[in-house]
Amino acid sequence: MIYAVAVFAPLVGSVISGLFGRAIGDRAAELTSILCMVLAAVCGAVAFADLVWGGATPGVVPIASWFDVGGFRAPWALRYDTLAAVMVAMVTLVSTLIHIYSVGYMAHDEYPTYRFFSYLSLFSFAMLMLVTADNLAQLFFGWEGVGLASYLLIGYWYDRPSACAAAIKAFVVNRIADLFFVIGIALTFFRFGSIELSTIFAAVPSHMSDSYVLFGHNYRSLEVIGVLLFIGAMGKSAQIGLHTWLPDAMEGPTPVSALIHAATMVTAGVFLMARMSPVMEAAPIAKEIVVVVGASTALFAATVGCTQNDIKRVIAYSTCSQLGYMFIAAGVGAYQVAIFHLITHAFFKALLFLGSGSVIHAMSGEQDMRKMGGLWRKIPYTYAVMWVGSLALAGLPIFAGYYSKDAILEAAFSAGSAAARYGFVCGVAAAFLTAFYSWRLLFMTFHGESRAEAHVLAHVHESPPVMTVPLGVLSLGAIFSGMGFRDLFIGSGWPHFWRGSIVNAAGNNVLEAMEKVPATIGTLPVVMGLLGIVLAYAMYIAMPLLPNILARTFRPVYLFLLNKWYFDELYDAIFVRPGFALARMLWQVADATIIDGVPNGVASLATESSAQAVKLQTGSIAVYAFTMLIGLVALLSIFLLLR
Amino acid sequence: MNAAGFPILSLITFLPLAGAAIMLLVRGDEATVAANARWSALWTSLIVLALSLILWWDFDPAQPGFQFVETVDWLPSLGVKYRMGVDGISILFVLLSTFLTPICILASWESVKTHVREYMLTFLVMETMMVGMFAATDFIIFYIFYEGVLIPMYLIIGVWGGPRRVYAAFKFFLFTLTGSVLMMLALLAMWYTAGTTDITELLHASFPAHMQYWLFLAFLASFAVKVPMWPVHTWLPDAHVEAPTAGSVILAGVLLKMGAYGFLRFSVPMLPQASAYFAPLIYALSVVAVIYTSLVALAQTDMKKLIAYSSVAHMGLVTIGIFSFNIEGITGALVQMLSHGVVSAALFLVVGVVYDRIHSREIARYGGLADRMPRYALVFMIFMLASSGLPGTSGFVGELLVAVGALRVNFWLALLSSTGMILGIAYMLYLYRRVIFGRLTKLDLRNIADLSPREVFVFAPLVVLTLWMGVYPSSFTRFFDASAGLLVESHRAALIAPEVRSRTASGVKLPAAARLAAIAKDESVHE
Repeated sequence: MIYAVAVFAPLVGSVISGLFGRAIGDRAAELTSILCMVLAAVCGAVAFADLVWGGATPGVVPIASWFDVGGFRAPWALRYDTLAAVMVAMVTLVSTLIHIYSVGYMAHDEYPTYRFFSYLSLFSFAMLMLVTADNLAQLFFGWEGVGLASYLLIGYWYDRPSACAAAIKAFVVNRIADLFFVIGIALTFFRFGSIELSTIFAAVPSHMSDSYVLFGHNYRSLEVIGVLLFIGAMGKSAQIGLHTWLPDAMEGPTPVSALIHAATMVTAGVFLMARMSPVMEAAPIAKEIVVVVGASTALFAATVGCTQNDIKRVIAYSTCSQLGYMFIAAGVGAYQVAIFHLITHAFFKALLFLGSGSVIHAMSGEQDMRKMGGLWRKIPYTYAVMWVGSLALAGLPIFAGYYSKDAILEAAFSAGSAAARYGFVCGVAAAFLTAFYSWRLLFMTFHGESRAEAHVLAHVHESPPVMTVPLGVLSLGAIFSGMGFRDLFIGSGWPHFWRGSIVNAAGNNVLEAMEKVPATIGTLPVVMGLLGIVLAYAMYIAMPLLPNILARTFRPVYLFLLNKWYFDELYDAIFVRPGFALARMLWQVADATIIDGVPNGVASLATESSAQAVKLQTGSIAVYAFTMLIGLVALLSIFLLLR
Repeated sequence: MNAAGFPILSLITFLPLAGAAIMLLVRGDEATVAANARWSALWTSLIVLALSLILWWDFDPAQPGFQFVETVDWLPSLGVKYRMGVDGISILFVLLSTFLTPICILASWESVKTHVREYMLTFLVMETMMVGMFAATDFIIFYIFYEGVLIPMYLIIGVWGGPRRVYAAFKFFLFTLTGSVLMMLALLAMWYTAGTTDITELLHASFPAHMQYWLFLAFLASFAVKVPMWPVHTWLPDAHVEAPTAGSVILAGVLLKMGAYGFLRFSVPMLPQASAYFAPLIYALSVVAVIYTSLVALAQTDMKKLIAYSSVAHMGLVTIGIFSFNIEGITGALVQMLSHGVVSAALFLVVGVVYDRIHSREIARYGGLADRMPRYALVFMIFMLASSGLPGTSGFVGELLVAVGALRVNFWLALLSSTGMILGIAYMLYLYRRVIFGRLTKLDLRNIADLSPREVFVFAPLVVLTLWMGVYPSSFTRFFDASAGLLVESHRAALIAPEVRSRTASGVKLPAAARLAAIAKDESVHE
């Protein structure tokens, strides 16, 4: 079936290019994996179109048995519904574009590239398994699979210590969140007796009042499950507290950042919320937590993004911030809006990353914006697509982000709860900052005097067509995906489009209510965005000295932001270093001295007492005879006394 | 008599001894004897493996009881019989033993240069002991094999081991023997009370509760050392570090399973009340093992020690699974045992590969091997990930099932025991980074050779098995289903019956045991 081909073709590409890459050569490996991806993209698009316009019925494609132990059942199967099909179509399309782009980007790399393409395809496969999962175990398989691919790709340049460190950090931080995800899966099974999605969803109503004791309190099981799953989502989607791996992940090649750390993998957490919407809808407290965390992340990451100087890190924090928006939407119950923003974001953020990759490519690997400037004449095409991406990100009219970000803020505004209001305020503030840092990036990179070294500047060139064509396609997406998909995803026909793959609880009318918000609220994000652009213009074009003055005047604030709120330093001080110290202590003190002290002590006791015993053997017959005599007397007396 | 039509279990058990006898007959110069010993050991073990596959085909997983049963009078005056048989719990461990032995022999092909014949002979004797131990259904026979395993292992560490081999061999022997003596007392007590040594009958015998507590503690002393559970685990790192590669493979792959197998075969089914009573103690020790030894693994500078400590952590998960007394937990424990048997064995082989080339286990001695050894890097990666429980590998199946089983008992038990997920990936990635990644700067690593065809041949079945168990575990769990289900059911039934009884007539209390359990409960609260 077409759908299965879409999922498994990347695996085939990955295995062929990975195992035989050295034998068949880089070109052949690249071609194989791209062909498999193209096939997957075509199949993915057909499967999507079939479902939306072709009249195909949602269902499940069974593959094989996986877990079957007692009542614990989890088969390999592909879920075919709108939510999955949307994700499959997006993932395969973006992944294909990035595969093609990588041919140009990785051309000058010192390593053979078959490994890179194998990893990219492996990632795509895992991501597709994640989005098509029909049970939580398979979802977790994809979840960890994308984590593995992310690890491999962040650490792709394995001779760089910073890349290795970032790769490990990404995996370990994700695993911390995954721990809670696994417990969430276990608890789901404990409560529902199944981890298959349809069974869980069908059983939600009958478990509404189940309770679970934790910390000596009674909580509703569904709330506990919701929170556990959300903690899992926080790790993968880099939400505040568990976000520290994402900026470091920029150590990987830029196409990786575009595919994994912008368009697809990091959105897995949002997808999880949408996928589990029947459960989340029954967990109002968990939803409020989602909103608060998402809103805080949106604002926090945006503030940090304003001060970073590494072009990729700015975009990384921007991703973090946009993911926060998606969680706001999911948390207020507008999962459709979250997925809508997920899709538009995939286009414009991949575009921004690949555009910045094109800049880095042109600058011979330089990523520091302080060493750029004035590039727009030399790489006008890249300049243009970066504008498109930024306009879409800032949410200015007709561009994709305008429709989706607006919808999020409207949903937050109309939801009414205190958490939602907090989400709205943070979202509006973040919209301002988003526009500011986006144009700061544009101005610092492309405008003003060039600050690059002469030999780098002499080398600046526009990227080859293999890179610019994917940029063009993504630009189209960044412009039209908002306009084009708005009506389908969140327009009045949404129930027909989603066909129950996302569930809104009975009282949840966010999608209707957001149509009725006042016009001022609707235009607020645009106004904030324009203000941000104006401020960026003022600071980086009109008065280029202003940023330095501000940084000096508000030095503590500036340092606080520049150092990303000191999260890394904090974690290092309270987890990493004490952890290693404890590890050494347990090993060298507890294990080697205390525990082994007992057997070693017994052993030396035995040796010593035998040494003492040896002294008794004097060799003197008289002493022996005397000892025997005493012994005999003692024995006799005992015998007589006890008789 | 049995499904195969001939005494297949005895054949599998004792055929290695026949191979060993043939080896003894060979005469000639040293090189001839060595070559001859290698080939006859390999062929013997391969034939045994082929025979044991018959078990795989002919075993009926729907039957929970023992199959391929053999009974021969042995000591008629005492009622002791030679009884063999396998059920769903033991069959795969017989297969694991017969599967790992040829791999060990292949892995020692070039690395063992002294006393080759004696080495190969010892391995075949060990195979007999291992298979016999898992196939015995009379506990006298079981005990003989159980203790017998110690001797070849002791010799392998003590004769073919590293510089501190004598210390390690003694430590290994003393730790495990101390526990075993207590187990023997328990066995004698059970024999005296129940009047039989037949395990199948003992499974249905019920011992008075106060007796169960003492029996349980005696068994615990023996099995805990073998597993090994914290805090009697310290013999393991030393034994692994000094043992030759193949010795570590068998030690990690099969010998560590003996303790857990003992829990499943004796403690849980025969002493249900005591098992339930002491379960909190086991939980506490296991959780400590998971966290403690994972942390210790993080600090290691010796590759083998690191993997040895990780073994203790993984076995902690096994004991939690067993003592969760539910089908998910017990199946998870069994899968985890199998998975660990394959994966940790493979990891020791992985270390052995570079040890054979550079003769160092120091992590700092390596770095940047990915450049020169891409195939090796891939194999290492697969087992590293399997060890840390990545879905799609065997490690995940056991880990998830144990988490599910543990959650049925207690939320914190599940959460704390799963912290191994985090620490496990941390120490493995850290190890991998230091050995495989980075820039290749050390001069003698420049010309290090990638896996030879022989080594690929050694690793290939292990890789296949790891992925097979990860992607399609049903092939393995189908064996467990009936037997583990029966175990859970009879455990539950046994607990319900005496509870009613003890309410009417108050049972004898054991102050010491009660205190211990109270401490255990206390600990689990504090964590």
